[in-house]
Amino acid sequence: MIEIEGLQKSFGAKQVLRGVSLRVDRGESLVVIGGSGTGKSVLLKCILGLVRPDAGTITVNGAPVAAHREAFLGRFGMLFQGAALFDSLTVWQNVAFRLLRGPERRPKAEARAVAVEKLARVGLGPEVADLFPAELSGGMQKRVGLARAIATDPTVIFFDEPTTGLDPIMAGVINALINSVVREMGATAITITHDMSSVRAIADKVAMLHAGKIRWHGPIADMDSTSDPYVHQFIHGLAEGPIAAVR
Amino acid sequence: MILTALAALGRGTLGGLAAAGRVGLFAGAVVSHLFRPPFYRREFLVALLQIGWLSLPVVGLTAVFTGAALALQIYAGGARFSAESVVPSIVAIGMVRELGPVLGGLMVAARVASSIAAEIGTMKVTEQIDALVTLSTNPLKYLAVPRVLAATLSVPVLVAVGDIIGVMGGWLVGTGRLGFNSSTYLRNTWEYLEVWDVGSGLVKGAAFGFIVALMGCYHGMNSGRGAQGVGAATKSAVVAASILILAANYLLTEVFFSA
Repeated sequence: MIEIEGLQKSFGAKQVLRGVSLRVDRGESLVVIGGSGTGKSVLLKCILGLVRPDAGTITVNGAPVAAHREAFLGRFGMLFQGAALFDSLTVWQNVAFRLLRGPERRPKAEARAVAVEKLARVGLGPEVADLFPAELSGGMQKRVGLARAIATDPTVIFFDEPTTGLDPIMAGVINALINSVVREMGATAITITHDMSSVRAIADKVAMLHAGKIRWHGPIADMDSTSDPYVHQFIHGLAEGPIAAVR
Repeated sequence: MILTALAALGRGTLGGLAAAGRVGLFAGAVVSHLFRPPFYRREFLVALLQIGWLSLPVVGLTAVFTGAALALQIYAGGARFSAESVVPSIVAIGMVRELGPVLGGLMVAARVASSIAAEIGTMKVTEQIDALVTLSTNPLKYLAVPRVLAATLSVPVLVAVGDIIGVMGGWLVGTGRLGFNSSTYLRNTWEYLEVWDVGSGLVKGAAFGFIVALMGCYHGMNSGRGAQGVGAATKSAVVAASILILAANYLLTEVFFSA
C-alpha cells in the first residue's frame, strides 16, 4: 500500500504540489489525470526520490520511502514516457539490465532467457532481442520499456504517459498489455496520463490533480457520474469550464 | 553605478565559488566511489576503448606535427647562437615535459569531454538517468566512475605514445630537412632525456585525463533541457576542461620545478 500525506513541492516561487494526499491499496491500479503542468510527473518523482518534497510523507506498506529507498526500488518497475531505453545497449540487455548487475545478477544466458520471455510477454519476438533501441518504432520501444519494467516481477509499477505519441491502435495494444501484466502480477500500479482511453482501460481508481491538489479521487465507475465540474470538463475535453484553456 | 558594478562582481564571484564547490563535491563523490563496489567492468572497458584507443589517431597526428614544427623553430632559434645541435634534445624535452601532455590533453578534451557531456546530457534529457535510478543503479557510479577511471589511466599512455611520435616528427624534419645524421639525432635525444622528464609528463597526463572525464561527466549530468541544454553542456565541458588543463599544467610544472 502506498500512502501520500500532505505532499508539497515548490520550484522557486512556483508551488507545484500544495498538499497532495493519496492512498493506493495493494494490487490496485490508480490513474492520476490532470492537465499539463499540474504536477503529475513531480508527484511520481517525489515518490521515487528523484525530487525531494518540501513537506509531507510518503510511505509504502507503512515504511517511509525516503528511509527505505533501496528496498522500495528493488521491487519497483517503471515505464517512462519516452521509454528511456539505454541507446548503447541492445534490447535484451535493456530488459535484463537489473539481471546483469547488482544484487539480482544472474548468469548472462539466464538473464537473456528471462529477457526473451518478457519480450514475448509484451508481444515481441526473439529476433528483436539483439537490435538496438534506435532500430525500433515508438510502439516497439514502449513495449521494450514495459518488458524492462516487469523484468524482475515488481510489486509496484509506475507508468508515465504510457500511450503518448502512439497511434490509437498501438495505444490500445499498450493499454491492454499494461492491464494484463498488472492484473497477472497483482502489482500496485500508478499511471499518469491525459489519455482517457488509457484511464478507462487501466484504472481501478482515478485521481484528478489540479492546481497542486487532488481535486477528485474515486473509483473509475464513478468518474462519469461525478458532479465535479473540473473532472467533467477534463474527461470530456471541453474548452469551456473552470479549467483555463491557456495555462 | 559603482554599487551596481560591485553587486555584479559579487554575484559573479559567489556564482564562481558555488560552481567550484559543486565541481569539488562531484569530484570527491567520484573518487570515493572508485574504491567502493559495485564495479562496472564492462562500462570501464568500453570507456577505455572510447577514450584511449580511439583517441590515438588524433593525439598521434597532433604530436607528429608538433614535433616537426618544434624542430624547425628550435633550429631557427638555435642558429642565432650557433647552437643548432641542441635541436634533438630540446625537441625531446619540450615534447615529453610540456607539449606532449598539454596538447594531447587538449585534443582529448576536445574529443572526449564533448562526447561524454553530449552522451550523458542526452541521457539526462531523455530520462535515461532517471531510469537508471529506478533500476537501483547509481548514475554517478555507473556513468561517471568508469569514464573518469578510464581517462585517468589511458591519457598517460596516450601521452607516452604521443611523446614517441612527436620525437619522431622532430627526427623526420631533423634528418630530412635540416641535415642531421639519423643516429646522431637519436643518440642526442636519448642521452639528454631523463627519466623524470618522461615521468612528469605522464603524471600530467593522468591529471589531465581525470580533468577531461570529470568535466564531461559533470556538465553532462547537470545538462539543461532540450537540444540547447545539451549543446551548452557540451560547450561548457570542453571550455572548462581546456582551461583547467592549462591551469593544472602550470601548477604541476611549478610543483615539479620546485621539487
